[in-house]
Amino acid sequence: MAIKTEPFVINIGPVHPSSHGFFRMRVTLDGEVIVDVEPVFGYLHRGIEKLAEERTYTGVIPLTDRLDYIASMSNNLAYVLAVEKLAGISVPERAEYLRVIMAELQRIAAYLIAVGAFLNECGAFFTPFLYMFREREKIVDLFEMVSGQRLLYNYMRVGGVSQDIPDEFLPALDKFVRQMPGFIDEYERLLKENEILLARAKGVGILTKENAINCSVSGPVLRASGVKWDIRKADPYSIYDRFDFEIPVGEVGDCYDRYRVRIEEMRQSLRIIEQATAQIPSGAVRSEVPHLVHPPVGEAYAHIEVPKGELGFYLVSDNSIAPYRCHVRPPSLINLTALRDMVIGWKLQDLIIIFGSIDITVGEVDR
Amino acid sequence: MMISNPGHSLERFLQTLPPDWPGGFWWHWLVFTVIIIAFVMTLVMGFIYIERRGMGRMQARLGPNRAGPFGLLQPVADAMKVLLKEDIIPDRADKIVYWLAPIVAFTPVLMIFTVVPFQGGALLADLNIGILYIVAISSVSTVGIFMAGWGSNSKYSLLGAMRMVAAVVSYEIPLVISIIGVVLIAGSLSLNQIVMAQTVPFILLQPLGFLLFFIGGCAEINRSPFDLMEADSELVAGFHTEYSGMKFAFFYLVEYAEALAISAIITTLFLGGWKGPLLPPWLWFLGKVIVVFFVMVWTRTTFPRVRIDQLMALAWKFLLPLALVNLFITGIEVLTWPTAWPWVMILVNIAIMVILVILWSRFFKLGWGRVEV
Repeated sequence: MAIKTEPFVINIGPVHPSSHGFFRMRVTLDGEVIVDVEPVFGYLHRGIEKLAEERTYTGVIPLTDRLDYIASMSNNLAYVLAVEKLAGISVPERAEYLRVIMAELQRIAAYLIAVGAFLNECGAFFTPFLYMFREREKIVDLFEMVSGQRLLYNYMRVGGVSQDIPDEFLPALDKFVRQMPGFIDEYERLLKENEILLARAKGVGILTKENAINCSVSGPVLRASGVKWDIRKADPYSIYDRFDFEIPVGEVGDCYDRYRVRIEEMRQSLRIIEQATAQIPSGAVRSEVPHLVHPPVGEAYAHIEVPKGELGFYLVSDNSIAPYRCHVRPPSLINLTALRDMVIGWKLQDLIIIFGSIDITVGEVDR
Repeated sequence: MMISNPGHSLERFLQTLPPDWPGGFWWHWLVFTVIIIAFVMTLVMGFIYIERRGMGRMQARLGPNRAGPFGLLQPVADAMKVLLKEDIIPDRADKIVYWLAPIVAFTPVLMIFTVVPFQGGALLADLNIGILYIVAISSVSTVGIFMAGWGSNSKYSLLGAMRMVAAVVSYEIPLVISIIGVVLIAGSLSLNQIVMAQTVPFILLQPLGFLLFFIGGCAEINRSPFDLMEADSELVAGFHTEYSGMKFAFFYLVEYAEALAISAIITTLFLGGWKGPLLPPWLWFLGKVIVVFFVMVWTRTTFPRVRIDQLMALAWKFLLPLALVNLFITGIEVLTWPTAWPWVMILVNIAIMVILVILWSRFFKLGWGRVEV
């Protein structure tokens, strides 16, 4: 006898332990199987793009901190690169190296949170998450040394960085770079071959190469699908063409690949930091830039590889002290477009980990 | 050893009563009811403390350490907080079911302890069908949990309760079959008799049975990695999402009392119960219970959670066949093995367990990706 069932709608969020902020998914379930999912967002909308039109070019930098608030150094970098492109400002060597070091440290910190949160959503009750926070804490300490802040750093400036690093920074960084591979191995030992993790993540939420490209997905999610696309290599900005590093790619594009890609990229980031600290020259950290930047009339788009994917800033100038238009290409939002294709046919529990493996920050989705 | 022994003094007190005194039964009943309630309540608090501090240590943090020395009063503070909270009943809830659910869930858990011997003969009722009674009564608690899920009229609760019922119904079967091995060797269903029969702890004679019982027990009481029913990251809190205040405290109590019950049963069936050298028996019992619970905390902090279909597959495709094989082998051993050589039998059984588990896990993969159940 067939039991009559009918689909029902359940709201995941806006306030939910796994929603990474205020994010809501209207999920239509047939029993435990997902029939449809509709992301609803906008709960954290602060109008950052509009606010940027009312601020000076320098005054927008703190706003960019608040986009993807767990990787604010990277956001700073993308924005100042756009302004420099717009106004034709050059950056001293030392500042370029500092920017790269900060961006890569930020990448490691953000991946630690991404992987930790993903494993937490797999049900490993906070243990990997807290182990990864232990190392993130060291990175945050480093950032505190240079910027005095622990979350929203506001460190990059148009034409350089806000201030030079203190003397104790490089030894502390060296120590961190030496220790970190051991910690990464520790996470690997804990979970890489764990049968339950394999059963949960392997083959789950597959995003095919074609689909990933069609959805304009970027970052680790794209690379896990097997596309070797990293803006640091594809369109080198700053001084990334000077460093030697690999782009790890996945094979299938499932949750496990996305987890693996992030872990491998941490190692690559450490390699970049190692090279950068070896090469860093002395000198000024900021070029002579007027207090109020007046870029010539025109437009510029700068994009960089942030932990979530491709973050782009599109700026239009009308030769005033504030951008005429500031548009953000948020990787979190665009990566989300692939969510529906990935989850349909899977179970409710899979939705949570697939969503976690995309790794969004709602601050960036809603802006 | 000058550790005072309340069990002994109690026995002596009971012996001073004339044997034909008509109130004897009621005295026994009263004293042990009080003991059981006190035991469960205190040990639940102890468990909450062990869990929170132990998890803290395992997760590279301190854990609660503000309330009292070493945070010892944290469970008390937790309890006070929960008691003082507003008791909210959702508008659309089925009020009677919602109200009854915590009681229906809690009472059977407490009743399990009626047949658990704290030391030789020190138990409320030495039922000759003790194990059967436990198996029967522990299932009733599920009804309460499903009532909570249904009565809250919330989708999260209902999903959690559905998962719970599915899991408990499935895991009951390997759980019971793995118990039968012990019963065969001991030759009795009474828990007291089973403890008496353990000249060597049955974990050595029944290693596979112990493994199956531990896994099944963890699933039965929703401990990680089988905690899908209250999966924090998925269903917020599962069946008790809508509960608050005292009613929530009851479910919290049920959760830990069930863990305590399973630990106590494992201790009694497999670890030699109250038996042990030097220390008084009740202390041995307590120590073993805490060790078993600690292993549960350990698994909770280590493993990710399985998916609902994998949970079912594990019960039906892995645990059940192994439990049947275990029963079969135990039956043959009980019939044919000379009782004089227990140590040879131990080695043989451990070897059988290792071979079976390895062999079976080669056939059985938890299944990457979609699993048809």
